Amino acid sequence: MTSDMAFFEFLCRMGDNTLVLGHRVSEWCGHAPVLEEDIALANTALDLIGQTQMWLGLAGEVEGEGRSADDLAMLRDAWDFRNVLLAEQPNGDFGQTMMRQYLFDQAHVLLLEKLAQSSDERVAGIAAKAVKEVTYHVERSRDTVIGLGDGTSESHRRMQAALDLLWPYVGEMFTDDEVSGIMAAEGIAPEPSSLRAGWDAAVQQTMSEATLVIPDSGFAHAGGKTGFRHSEHLGHMLTQMQWLQRAYPGARW
Amino acid sequence: MYAQMIKSEATQEDPEKLAAFQARIDAGEKIEPKDWMPQGYRKTLIRQIGQHAHSEIVGQLPEGNWITRAPTLERKAILLAKVQDEAGHGLYLYCAAETLGVTRDELTEMLLDGRMKYSSIFNYPTLTWADMGAVGWLVDGAAIMNQVPLQRTSFGPYSRAMIRICKEESFHQRQGYDVMMKMAQGTSAQKKMAQDALNRFWYPSLMMFGPSDKESVHSEQSMAWKIKMNTNDELRQKFVDQTVPQAEYLGLTVPDENLKWNEDTGHYDFSQPDWSEFFDVLKGNGPCNQERLAARNSAWDDGKWVRDGLLAHAEKKAARKVAAE
Ligand SMILES: [Fe+2]
Ligand SMILES: [Fe+2]
Ligand SMILES: [Fe+2]
Repeated sequence: MTSDMAFFEFLCRMGDNTLVLGHRVSEWCGHAPVLEEDIALANTALDLIGQTQMWLGLAGEVEGEGRSADDLAMLRDAWDFRNVLLAEQPNGDFGQTMMRQYLFDQAHVLLLEKLAQSSDERVAGIAAKAVKEVTYHVERSRDTVIGLGDGTSESHRRMQAALDLLWPYVGEMFTDDEVSGIMAAEGIAPEPSSLRAGWDAAVQQTMSEATLVIPDSGFAHAGGKTGFRHSEHLGHMLTQMQWLQRAYPGARW
Repeated sequence: MYAQMIKSEATQEDPEKLAAFQARIDAGEKIEPKDWMPQGYRKTLIRQIGQHAHSEIVGQLPEGNWITRAPTLERKAILLAKVQDEAGHGLYLYCAAETLGVTRDELTEMLLDGRMKYSSIFNYPTLTWADMGAVGWLVDGAAIMNQVPLQRTSFGPYSRAMIRICKEESFHQRQGYDVMMKMAQGTSAQKKMAQDALNRFWYPSLMMFGPSDKESVHSEQSMAWKIKMNTNDELRQKFVDQTVPQAEYLGLTVPDENLKWNEDTGHYDFSQPDWSEFFDVLKGNGPCNQERLAARNSAWDDGKWVRDGLLAHAEKKAARKVAAE
């Protein structure tokens, strides 16, 4: 793999995570449990879509084939998506959505802090902007996980169920591979495995405050960020997300 | 408008107090929550502001319907931001209503069990992407017609909420018009979508102002109290006069054979919407009444455990803090 190819892959991983998770979060619009949550979820989705524009915009630039962020978002099929499986998991109830958000945000913020020091100025620039937003996301999702974990017995039960359900999707965020090796060697991005200890410490603290038990399993699904095997959920999401662009090719909106 | 057919309450109170109150209003003073006010003024305002707030909240749904299908990342971000603004408008308005002695939860429950209404317009479906243009252009446009004068309404918190809201609404209207413009200048399929959206939203937008209230006693009282600033017909005329040239600029046809510029009046003549349809929608028989209320009810019911959980946590936290002191 050339270093440009690895760079493109890496940028798609960043942008597809934010695209797919932003899309999921936006599905809540108008349906949240309280008005303040509706506003907060829309805000998170909005930040993530904005970050997508930057990451996929840069991906298109690095690829050099004239593809825009919109082309990448709207005209690739599922196998070309590089988001982790966690991001594409369905919303479930509000607790499941917020658990997914916290598990992701906590990794996202640690990664962005490192990327803000990337050897590539463009990456560092995007990360510096995104890290401010994501610092706020993680504060919020963390507080919600704690509030609902340590709330009523029903909210506790639901949050534990959400953690158990999503735990097998955590590991994929921290696996190294050829792409990440090249990025690390060039000082563009850290090896994902290097972020795990910090993530574990933060998550343990949060779950203990939330009175939730972290599952005793290291099993991790894989296949999202390599594109080898996404879940069935992604295709359905793309049929919605890409529908207009696919149905009216070449139209400008 | 967002508040349609608001019945104003008869007031039986000390004539002297009433006269002094009316004098304050006539002098252009703002009435603040702690000031004396007639019961009728209070009740009418709760109904009106509450209905307006509900409209912002239910109004998220027809546009939320297209967020996951927005054609570009930028359009998706703009639409998300707009729907988020509407939720924010709902929040300001509930806060304004709360100053009158009703809680947000009480108002919400009245919406959910049908005791309170929201604007008829949100019971119409959004079927194509052009509807995102039509809603911004026409629906937010019609809302602005009513809300700009309400910035001068007599009740302080309502007036201040309107000032904040109007800025965002005019932004929404421009964005909606921009979507329409892109469609109208686009492919033949896009033009067809744009025309179709105008065809479907034109009369429902005219209905937003409510039926003619020329002879209504209720609106006379509300106008005297400066809760209502113009008659429904005045606002509807103003909306038509503003919108027709915009449609022409887009190259779209307003679906009204009787639409004609009238030299003598200096206004457009136009056809009234089918008011029997309007009353059907108010009664619950609009194309989407069931879905809209069901969506709000399930958000509320499904969210109960979340609200209870967060409340229980806040109480535990407070108790721990007390115990630690
Ligand atoms: Fe609004
Ligand atoms: Fe609105
Ligand atoms: Fe608006």
